[in-house]
Formats: sequence, C-alpha cells, structure tokens
Amino acid sequence: MSQSLAFVLNVPETPQDPEDSQEPSPYDESEVHDSFHQLIQEQSRWVAEEGLELQQRVPGAGALGASGSDRQALLGPEGAPVYSTATLRILASMPSRTIGRSRGAILSQYYSRTVRLRRRAGRPQLRDVGRSARPSLRLYDLELDPAVLEEDEKRGLLVKELQGLTVAQRDHMLRGMPLSLSEKRCLREESRPPRGKRRARGHRGLLSCCSQLRDSCILASHNLGLALLSGLQALMPWHYALKRIGGQFGSSVLSYFLFLKTLLAFNTLLLLPLLAFIVGVQAAFPPAPSGSVPAFRGLELLTGGGRFTHTVMYYGYYSNATLNQPCASPRDGGQCTPEAGGLPYNMPLAYLFTVGVAFFITCITLVYSMSRSFGESYRVGSTSGVHAITVFCSWDYKVTQKWATRLQHDNIRTQLKELLAEGQLRHRPPRACGRLWQAAVLGLVWLLCLGTTLVCALAVYSFSELVLQSRVSAERDGALLALPLVVCLLNLGAPYLFRVLAALERHDSPVLEVYVAICRNLILKMVILGILCYHWLGRRVGTLKDQCWEDFVGQELYRLMVMDFIFTLLDTLLGELVWRLISEKRSQRKGKPEFDIAGNVLELIYGQTLTWLGVLFSPLLPAMQIIKLLFVFYVKKTSLMANCQAPRRPWKASHMSTVFISLLCFPSFLGAAIFLCYAIWQVKPSSICGPFRTLDTMYEAGKVWVRHLEEAGPRVSWLPWIHRYLVESAFPIYLASALLLAVIYLNIQVVKGQRKVICLLKEQLSNEGEDKIFLINKLQRIYERKERSRVGRTEEAVTPPAVFTDDWDAQ
Amino acid sequence: MGNKQTVFTHEQLEAYQDCTFFTRKEIMRLFYRYQDLAPQLVPLDYTSYPHVKVPYELIGSMPELKDNPFRQRIAQVFSEDGDGHMTLDNFLDMFSVMSEMAPRDLKAYYAFKIYDFNNDDYICVWDLEQTVTQLTRGELSAEEVSLVCEKVLDEADGDHDGRLSLEDFQNMILRAPDFLSTFHIRI
Repeated sequence: MSQSLAFVLNVPETPQDPEDSQEPSPYDESEVHDSFHQLIQEQSRWVAEEGLELQQRVPGAGALGASGSDRQALLGPEGAPVYSTATLRILASMPSRTIGRSRGAILSQYYSRTVRLRRRAGRPQLRDVGRSARPSLRLYDLELDPAVLEEDEKRGLLVKELQGLTVAQRDHMLRGMPLSLSEKRCLREESRPPRGKRRARGHRGLLSCCSQLRDSCILASHNLGLALLSGLQALMPWHYALKRIGGQFGSSVLSYFLFLKTLLAFNTLLLLPLLAFIVGVQAAFPPAPSGSVPAFRGLELLTGGGRFTHTVMYYGYYSNATLNQPCASPRDGGQCTPEAGGLPYNMPLAYLFTVGVAFFITCITLVYSMSRSFGESYRVGSTSGVHAITVFCSWDYKVTQKWATRLQHDNIRTQLKELLAEGQLRHRPPRACGRLWQAAVLGLVWLLCLGTTLVCALAVYSFSELVLQSRVSAERDGALLALPLVVCLLNLGAPYLFRVLAALERHDSPVLEVYVAICRNLILKMVILGILCYHWLGRRVGTLKDQCWEDFVGQELYRLMVMDFIFTLLDTLLGELVWRLISEKRSQRKGKPEFDIAGNVLELIYGQTLTWLGVLFSPLLPAMQIIKLLFVFYVKKTSLMANCQAPRRPWKASHMSTVFISLLCFPSFLGAAIFLCYAIWQVKPSSICGPFRTLDTMYEAGKVWVRHLEEAGPRVSWLPWIHRYLVESAFPIYLASALLLAVIYLNIQVVKGQRKVICLLKEQLSNEGEDKIFLINKLQRIYERKERSRVGRTEEAVTPPAVFTDDWDAQ
Repeated sequence: MGNKQTVFTHEQLEAYQDCTFFTRKEIMRLFYRYQDLAPQLVPLDYTSYPHVKVPYELIGSMPELKDNPFRQRIAQVFSEDGDGHMTLDNFLDMFSVMSEMAPRDLKAYYAFKIYDFNNDDYICVWDLEQTVTQLTRGELSAEEVSLVCEKVLDEADGDHDGRLSLEDFQNMILRAPDFLSTFHIRI
C-alpha cells in the first residue's frame, strides 16, 4: 500500500481567522499555478533520482468510471489505469484519499471543529468557501506553514483544544469522533486537567476557588444527568419486547408500538397535574354526601354510572367553594371546616387553571415532537436518489430472525426490480384514455366513500335523537350502552367497506394507497365524533336541565372508551386470529394476515381524542386510558407474534411516524381543544353540581377572581390589567397571527434559498471534479514527456562510446 | 450507585461512559455478553487491561449479527487489525456506533467504511456490485445488478468521477431520513 507523502503547498496567505482572511481570488491564479508547478517539478526530480516503484493496486480499485462518454476518461483501451508510478504516488497522497486511512486527517478535522466550537462560529460562511479554481483543501485545515505538522503534533493541538472545552462539550465531541475507543480513551486521559498541576499552583485566590467550585458543580450535574438517564431508561418498559418485535417484523411494525409508548407518555403528562391539583385535593377534603349512595353492581364498569357517579371520577363531585378556608363568614350551601391553620384552596379556579395548563403543556409537547419529527424526516431536496437510498438505507439491521431476514432480502429484491421496471416504463408515456379511466374510477370510489361516511353520520345523528326522545333514565343502565355500541359498530364496519372499495382503484405507489386509506378512515371518525359533540353540547344540555349534564357527558365518554376497547379486542380476535385459521386451512402458501399498521394507529388516535374530549368532565379519564393502552400493548403484541406477518410493501418508517404525530396534533388535539374552549366559554354549567354551579359560564370563575384581585388593592393591579388588555381584547390574537404568518413566510424563503444554494454547490462540485481530472491528465502527460526525454537521453549516453570506437577503428 | 462489580475500576467505567453512548449498566451488560461469547478466553477482571481478542467466528455467531449479510464487513471495520477479531474496546465501539444515540455523521462514516469492500476509501462500481449482490442474496441477474449500480452512481456521484467518496455518501445519507432507524442494532 502507498505511503503518505509529505509535500508542501505554498499558498500565500494562511487563513487563521475565518472572519477576516483574504482567500486567494482568481486574480492570484498565477501564484496558485506556480505552487503546483513547483510541486510537479519537485516530484519529477525525486522520481528521476530514486526510481521508485509502486505495488500494483487491487484491480478495480482506483479505476475511474468506465462508462459515460461525457466524462473525461483517463483509461486506456482495456479500462485499466495507465498512470505512471509518480502520478500514482501523488494521487495516493491527495487529501481526499487519506480520509479513512490517516488519523492525521481525522484529527485535523476535529481540531478545526473544536476551534470553531470554541470561537462559537457555527457553520462556515458561504463567502469563505471560495470560487471554483481553488484546490479544495478547505475543510482539513492543514497547517499551511513550511513545516507540515506530523500526526503527533496535530494530536497535541487537538488535546489542547479539548482541554479548553467544558466537560459536557468534550464528551459530546469525543463520542462523535470516528476514532477507535482506545484512541478516544487516550485523548480523554490527556485532555483532563491534571490534578497535580492544579494543586501545585501558587496563588489560591478567589478565581481558582471559583473555577474549582464551578468544575465540581459541572461534574456533579454531569453525574446527576447520567443517573437520571439510567433511571429513566429503567422506567421505560418493554425494552426486550420491542427488540423482539423489531427483530421479527422490522421497523415499520415497530413504529406502531413506539407510537403507543408515546401516547402513554402523553397521558402520564396529562394525568400528573390533574392528580396533584384536583383529584388529590378533593379526595382529601370530601364534600358532604348528598343523598343515598347506590350499591355497586357489576354494570358500573361498563356504563360508568351508578356507584361511580358520586366519586372523584366525575365533574359533579367537585365542590364550588374554597376548601380549607377559616370560617370568616359562613357561605350558603357550603360547609365550614373549623381548621384554621391550613392554606385556602379555591376549587373552581384550581379546576379551570389545572385543566387549562395541562392542555397547554400537552399542546407544547405535541408541537415540539412534531417539529422534531418533521426535521428528521423531511429534507430539502429529499425526493430524488431513490435507487441509492434503496441500496444503502433499506437493509434494517435490527432484524435478527432467519425467516425475517429472508423476507427482507425478498422485499429489497422486489423493490429493486420494481424500481428498474418503473424506470423503463417512464420512457413510455401512458395512454390518455387510460388515465381518464383511472381518474374516473378514483373519483367514483371517493364519492362512494364520502357517501358511506355521510350515511354513517346520519345514522348516528338519528339514533342519538331517538335516544334523546325516548328519555332514558339512569335506572335502565343497559340501554345507555346502545349509542356507543352503534358508534363502535360503524367505526368497525365502515373501514372494511373502504378496503373493499379501494381494491377497485389502482394507485401508482403503494405508499399513496396507505395515505388515502388513512385519510378516508380519519374523515369518518372525525365526522362521527363531531356529531356526538353537537349531540352532547347542543342537545343534551337542553334536555338535562335539572340534572348534572356534565356528569352525563363524562359517563358517555367513559362508555365510548370501554366499548372501543372491547371492539379492539374483538377486532384483533376476528381480524387476525380467525383470518389466520381460515387462510391456513385454505392454502398453506398464502400465509398469515399482514399487520394493519394504519388501521391500528387510527384506533389509537381515536382513543386519545376521546380522552382529550373528556378530561374536563372526568379528570380520571387519562388514568383509564393508561390502563387501556397497557392492555392493548400486550394483546396486540401477543396477537402479532402468533398470527401476523410483516407487511410486504415498503414502508418509510420515519415518514410514517411524522404522519402519525401530525395526525395526533391536527385533527385530534385541535378538535378536542376547540370542544374544550366552546364548553368553557359558551355553555352554561349545570346549577346543582360541580365547581361552577353558581356561574354563567365556566370561564367566569377566572373573571370573578380577577375582580377580587382588583378589589384587593393596588399592589396586584398588574394582573387585572393583563387580563383586561391581553386576554379579553382581540388585539393580541391579531398580533400573534401576524407574527405566525411572518415566521412561516420567512421559513419558506429560507428553504427556497437553501434549494438554490444546493444547486449551485452541486454545479461547483462537478466543476471541481472536472478540474481534478484535467489536472491529473496534464500531470500524466508531463510525466510521459519527461519519461520519453529521459529515455532519449540515456540512449544518447549509450551510443557515443560506439561512435568513439568506430572513430578509433577508423583511425 | 451501589454497583459492586469487580470487572472494571471506577475510572475505567467512567472512561467508557464518557467515550461511548452507553450508561454504566449497559456497559456491564455488554461486557457480560462479550464474556459469554468466549468464557475461557475473556477474563472476568479487566482492571489490568488484558489484551484479549475474541475470534471473528464467535462474533459472527451472535444472534444480533448472524443473519446480517454484512456481518463480516462490520466486524472487519470495527476490529483493530481489520481481520474481524475484536477486543472489548472494539466490541463496545461497534455497539455504541450502532446504537440509537449515535449521531448521523458518525453512522454515515462507518456505513461508508462497511460498504467499501476493498478499503480504498471510495465506493467504486465493484463495491456497489458486491453490496447489491449481498443485499439480494444473488437473486438478481448480472445485468440488473449493473443497471442498479449505474443508477446509483448517477444519483449519488456529485463530482462525476465514477465512484462515491465519503462526501457523496454523506450527502446521500442526509436525504434518507430512514437511515438512522435502519442502521441501528439493538442489544
């Protein structure tokens, strides 16, 4: 193998500081060319003196591209490289060749990175990149003085720079370096501040004490962070279960289970403030029991009524007074607790604020995870390069079972064949009437699906009106389950109908089919939920005038959740187990059913929407959802392992997770937030139960408090001021919308600019490639000429003695 | 922390923790996996930095790697001498890079080295043909393989020199958001 050659490149100015370095412009071209000329002279002299040989390289390695007539080919007729040894020597020591081999290049690269980190300069600015007639040594930051640094010196520089970083930054740098672990440990050892030196320092002034304190604080927080991380990882369950699922079914099925885990996290986040500030407090100060408490019958688990009605589970249990208040004046209808030492706790305010704050935190978390997911999965210019991506990025390294890997091999082979076939098909444009027919079928299927959705919506609406008019009372609990049953049946049956209809149309790409199916199912579910919300807030409130309508709505949502869970179990049983038994009996080869990722994810999103809709009326609903999700995980996992096989179509797992999270945010969370806002701002709470029973709207609790604050005195007058000018007026909303639009517009412009820059850089890259080939050709010709002239000279040197002897003979 | 292990000194464990993406518990778990591969070879006491290499055949028989068509290249890239026999440092390095916390650049660098079968720092046509053949278990015909390789070079080769350099590869990886989730081994 070749040795790395030390050579000197004489570029006039050394770019020490990126901000004010004057890069050699094309006007200084002669200087650049001079330096190459000197280099070539030196090399040819060296080669002539030493007559070095180079080992024959592995065939195929180092050969430039054989195909492509528009590329300047450097090959001889057979395609083998025809460089002289001297050319090969120079080629072998080009910086771009020594990337992987020489640790010196890696060390230099990381040295420059740490320097940039220290100077807090982010990405290198575009104007420093320079124009295309330049040798592209830019990133390697080789020291450009006459004495080229050896690897040890580069390493010393890197160590010195690492010493200047904080512990966290140093660890981050070390972990990201592509060096071996033993190297990294040596670097880490060398870059730690030596303890002996510290103690031997002369003055022990305040500065050294502060820096020691700061270092030990940083180390302690670093250790705390690591402890938290390992604790968090211990809390995260199902590590081995997820590993088995990923190993047998691949990343796409795994994305469903990871989404389930994310939903668990969201529900826990929602439950904690509710438990702390509402449920816990009310449970500690229970109100006086009103009326007789019915006995527990088994039906409560299904209907949520009966025994469960007067518990912390529902809105009606919560008191509307200030808890734990010393008895200054007895309020009418409220109890007066004699304890005088506690903190007064305004229950209505706490209820309103806690629900509001919990939703706000959920919103921020959702938007943050959605933006992070988008950032990872969508890139500027990410639509091309499908062959390269299939070859390099489609093998899933997680898959460990033999039959699963065989399936992967088959999948990739099919994908590549399809891509090749598609490439050939594109050369033949499709017929016009074929396309028209396809568009007509597509339109028809969409019409049928939307029609089905409309029919389902009408069914739900008329059934709900029927239930309203038959005036079902709380005694006939069983009949209350009718509406949830109808809704769940429609939710189960309509997607199967959609699947049958979708078999009629043929899409170009299988991924599009999945997106269209998700879209249709989503429209169906959202329309049905919309009708139910209208039924509760619009109609039920009217009919239940003297009763606790909030309790009723909370119980309805509880029933819907329980029914949904039962139907999920049924669907798993019927859809997967029975299907597998049937298909196994019919034909062995057909195999097991595929795991329907899209359908299952939509089920999860639907369940989460129900939870969010019901949080205001039943604060313990997230806890039910957590229990339900835990059951669903184990049921789905067992059914998957026993009954299903991995999906055959290619799935872009990261795009899918982005789509799932955005579906969770936009129709689901947004709809629940709108419902909540409407319930808080516009609907009159019932007058006999709950924390808002004496008010006109739930929001009035906040207004009452602000009025209290105004009366309380001038010291807290800023709060009513904020309330009057920021919350009640419409101006901040306009301002916020304007800012949002401005931010979106700026981002769009930035993306456009980045696309342009990418095009320019690609052009520059191909120009540089051509430059390189041109220079190598020239180099090769120079060496050939030198070789020929050297051969000519040696021949001349050989012949004169013969002439001399001839002359001698002649004389 | 209460870990009463005698395999590593406290400083060694800290060094491993700082230089890989693993926590203490995971490093211990990985050590026991390594030790299980060759119990007679690997001592239970690493405080004196013994130089022990587990041969490639045992590494390649791990359940996480045994069905992977690139297992030999993975072991060669991460081993000290490029022959596939790995020390504990190499083992930890390999799983640290393949874990889900490793950044994209680091994974792209090692993926490039794995797919560079002849170790010449470029992915040339021959390397591509090897990759595609291994991926499809030899079930594509020769002309299909060469068609695929040609298309890959068309798409990813930025400076048109007929082979992929590290920058070309990294550029292409940036456009593939799936790379982080597929180039990942769970241990």
